[in-house]
Amino acid sequence: MRVAILQFPGSNCDWDSEHAVADILDVPAARIWHKDKLPSETEAVIVPGGFSFGDYLRCGAIARFSPIMNDLKEFSEKGGQVLGICNGFQILCESGLLPGALIRNECIDFRCLNQELKVEDSNEYFNTKILGKKLVLPIAHGEGNFRADEATLSSLEENDQILLRYESNPNGSMNDIAGIRNSTGNVYGMMPHPERSVAPHHPCLDGLPVLKAFLAPLLTSRPTEISSS
Amino acid sequence: MSELIPSPLVLNPDPVLNVEITEELISQHGILPDEYEQILKILGRVPNLTELGIFSVMWSEHCAYKNTRKLLRLFPTEKQDKESIGQVLVKAGDENAGVIDVGEGWGVAFKIESHNHPSAIEPFEGAATGVGGIVRDIFTMGARPILLTNSLRFGNLETKQVKRLFRGVVSGISHYGNCLGIPNMGGDVYFDDCYEGNPLVNALCAGVLRHEDIQKGAATGVGNPVYYVGPGTGRDGLGGASFASRELTEESAEDRPAVQKGDPFMEKLLLEACLEMMAIPGLVVGIQDMGAAGLTCSTCETASRGNSGIEIDLDLVPQRETGMNSYEIMLSESQERMLVIVKKGRERELEEVFEKWDLHAAHIGEVKNGDRMVVRHKGVVVADLPAKSLTDEAPVYDQPSKEPVHVTEARTWTDKSTPDIEIDSVEDALKNLLGHPTIASKRWVWQQYDHMVMSGCKIEPGSDAGVVRLSIAGIDKYLAIANDCNNRFCYLDPYKGAQIAFVECMRNLACSGAKALAVTDNLNFGNPNKPEAYYMLKECVKGLADACAFFDVPVVGGNVSLYNEHGNGAIDPTPVVSMVGLIDTQEQVTRSQIEEPGLAIVLLGGLPNELGGSYYLQTQFNKKEGKVPEVNLENEKNLQDLLLSQIEQGRIRAAHDLAEGGLLVGLSEMLFSGTNLGAKISISSNENAIRLDALLFGESQGRVLVAVSSADLDDLRKTSDLAAVSYHLLGKSDETGKIELEVDEQKISSLDVGDLKSVWANAIPNHMEPTKN
Repeated sequence: MRVAILQFPGSNCDWDSEHAVADILDVPAARIWHKDKLPSETEAVIVPGGFSFGDYLRCGAIARFSPIMNDLKEFSEKGGQVLGICNGFQILCESGLLPGALIRNECIDFRCLNQELKVEDSNEYFNTKILGKKLVLPIAHGEGNFRADEATLSSLEENDQILLRYESNPNGSMNDIAGIRNSTGNVYGMMPHPERSVAPHHPCLDGLPVLKAFLAPLLTSRPTEISSS
Repeated sequence: MSELIPSPLVLNPDPVLNVEITEELISQHGILPDEYEQILKILGRVPNLTELGIFSVMWSEHCAYKNTRKLLRLFPTEKQDKESIGQVLVKAGDENAGVIDVGEGWGVAFKIESHNHPSAIEPFEGAATGVGGIVRDIFTMGARPILLTNSLRFGNLETKQVKRLFRGVVSGISHYGNCLGIPNMGGDVYFDDCYEGNPLVNALCAGVLRHEDIQKGAATGVGNPVYYVGPGTGRDGLGGASFASRELTEESAEDRPAVQKGDPFMEKLLLEACLEMMAIPGLVVGIQDMGAAGLTCSTCETASRGNSGIEIDLDLVPQRETGMNSYEIMLSESQERMLVIVKKGRERELEEVFEKWDLHAAHIGEVKNGDRMVVRHKGVVVADLPAKSLTDEAPVYDQPSKEPVHVTEARTWTDKSTPDIEIDSVEDALKNLLGHPTIASKRWVWQQYDHMVMSGCKIEPGSDAGVVRLSIAGIDKYLAIANDCNNRFCYLDPYKGAQIAFVECMRNLACSGAKALAVTDNLNFGNPNKPEAYYMLKECVKGLADACAFFDVPVVGGNVSLYNEHGNGAIDPTPVVSMVGLIDTQEQVTRSQIEEPGLAIVLLGGLPNELGGSYYLQTQFNKKEGKVPEVNLENEKNLQDLLLSQIEQGRIRAAHDLAEGGLLVGLSEMLFSGTNLGAKISISSNENAIRLDALLFGESQGRVLVAVSSADLDDLRKTSDLAAVSYHLLGKSDETGKIELEVDEQKISSLDVGDLKSVWANAIPNHMEPTKN
């Protein structure tokens, strides 16, 4: 097992994420229950989408108190790669691993569609050279409206911490933000679902380069493993 | 009655339940005098109030199919074709849902169920708990749910009340299904005045499982423990028995929710915990969800199926309200609960799973010798009934039936009384149709449903059928699902209308490349005690049953919802047909939309020539009248066989069945996906003089539009001839962004596809804009 997929009560993209990483990218992955310890061999963590704890109180607000979150904090402080997708992004914001907050969509309703996204030049792994200028990825959320105070927002912009922006903003996010990273560059969060765009039967394969970009730092030592797919 | 001995049971610990069973009480429970006599005979004594409540729910139409059981026997429940015998793994009515074989050792469990009345009162919770109920039926079978769809019917979308219901129902479904993480592939939505005040909310779920993992809802093995799992029982959902709120306590009816409140998070936990538990070999003996009639139904049905007795102690039932009496606990319809019977001695294994998921698992009783269902509360027996009397001995009625006069009158309309359409009115007529909420794009609905979770969505909602890959089973096959029922045809001619629902549903599957496997149906009708309503029900069932038999597509389960009435009378008969089909390879998955210019567009099945019952009559003349289009099952079969074989050979680039709105609506819809797609269409009616309106907007059955590359045209024409399927080459797709239409060499119109699309795409959003509510 190299990639841990956290499983909270109410997670529902855990299977999809495991499938994408383990079966499509061929990187060993396993689901880890939120009451368990993060295995010591973990090299990357995906916090998957879903409705952890039924979105009670606020999305991600209860999951941040799950036992495994202590391990996750420690893991990320040591520079471990973490990716929060959808509800996972919300959990990372709630737990302070990423700045900002995600509130109800401006349109009120849940939105599920294939969304055009603009790639930002964020760091050596996540940039337009590697990912291309545009991607199409599914979104499926009711609370993806990214908010941050002025100072946070401008520091995100100045430090190139924006990963993805919406082409036509579906939820009212500030600066059309669809995904961000932390300042050290090892914790990623995004509302779109790369794990739903990886197989021949999906509308497109744009999720593959996104997941590869996330996993790249830990696989650079063994690049064949990730390029073989 | 009074000579009969009173209940020998000791007095109920709650004094309000120790009342004399009066005629008034009996009638408040919806039990007829003859039925009560039968209860007395069965028991040899007077029932107490808890027992009367138990009989009332178990003998209700919802549980016992009193008025429909005889009719439902008309449905074929097994495949007749010799090679396919055994394809039905679990038959209709035997378990919580039917199961059909999909090959490689896998089966699909699926079923549709209504939640009409709760949704009329409280649309959000009503629809949400409708989804919850049907999902439990599927995972109870041991299946992992992989898709949801809905059949929804509402009144006129112009009214505030209908907008409120529509918005509430859609967000209730979205809320519940999205949280569970089961893709919702849409379904169908119709708007018709007949549903004013009585919307229909039918929810379908399908799941996959290994043949050997099929679970039974039977309590067997004397001494095996009976477990209650899931959240605690409350007083919610007692609303059906409104009596309970009024007579039994001081509280007023307003204090109690008549509609159950759903918690999708609880259901998600229950789903995962149950599947985890069922994966432990040999642990689970029987399992049943507590849906309608809650604890009552699950205990007596499992005992009855297992030919066993069962005994439970209500003191051990987890409760989230204090002071509940036996009547309330037994009749509560609190959501997200299950009854599980496990092997004696292995209790810890079950408890560990539920501890992991932080759910109650309470050992509330055990399987007994004999045939009694015994319920204890606070140390005394509060109900003692033969389990089978509740499940198998409910009375079955043949109601008098009579063809409604208004329908025979409506059928007398012919097109002679209306002049043919003027050429320069064609565009407006088309736009009126495309803007009718029934025909308009339903993106506003399905965009609120997560249809991509589980990574299996192959054809998103909005095409002829929803298609998901059986990824979770690890096999590269595709499951297609379609729902259909045009109420207008069923109203005008229930027998033919039901057949049209069937053939259209099957045609939708064929258009997506799928071979039909089986049907689940939801019979939504009015009060069966009215001869006119019963006539409609009977004719629809006959029509449907005959179509099922003809195509050898069995019914593997379904639901009946009667008493759908409101101020203006019964709803139109609405026998919703849902069909699943299988597509063997990804290459055969076919969409309804043309993706490129230069494809030939061919109409298979003949030029439409019937106007009766059409949406054109509705939008132009506000009429629900006329003779329903002909249904020729033989022609339909030839058409679908041809289509499937052409798809198998990779010739069909897009296929779309003609339905509401007819040819021009169907053609427009096919062109809406691309940018700037158009088509040059030239129709030659040569042999017959057809009315222009009937040709362009009539809803003749057995018609499919296909797009093929020019190189394949010849072969398609020859094969059509051989298959005795009428073939008309209409024209070619292009990049003009316009439909140039001529009929018999006369130019009819030049239609801007962008304009048409905007009418079609914006109709529902415009109605639902918050400012317009």
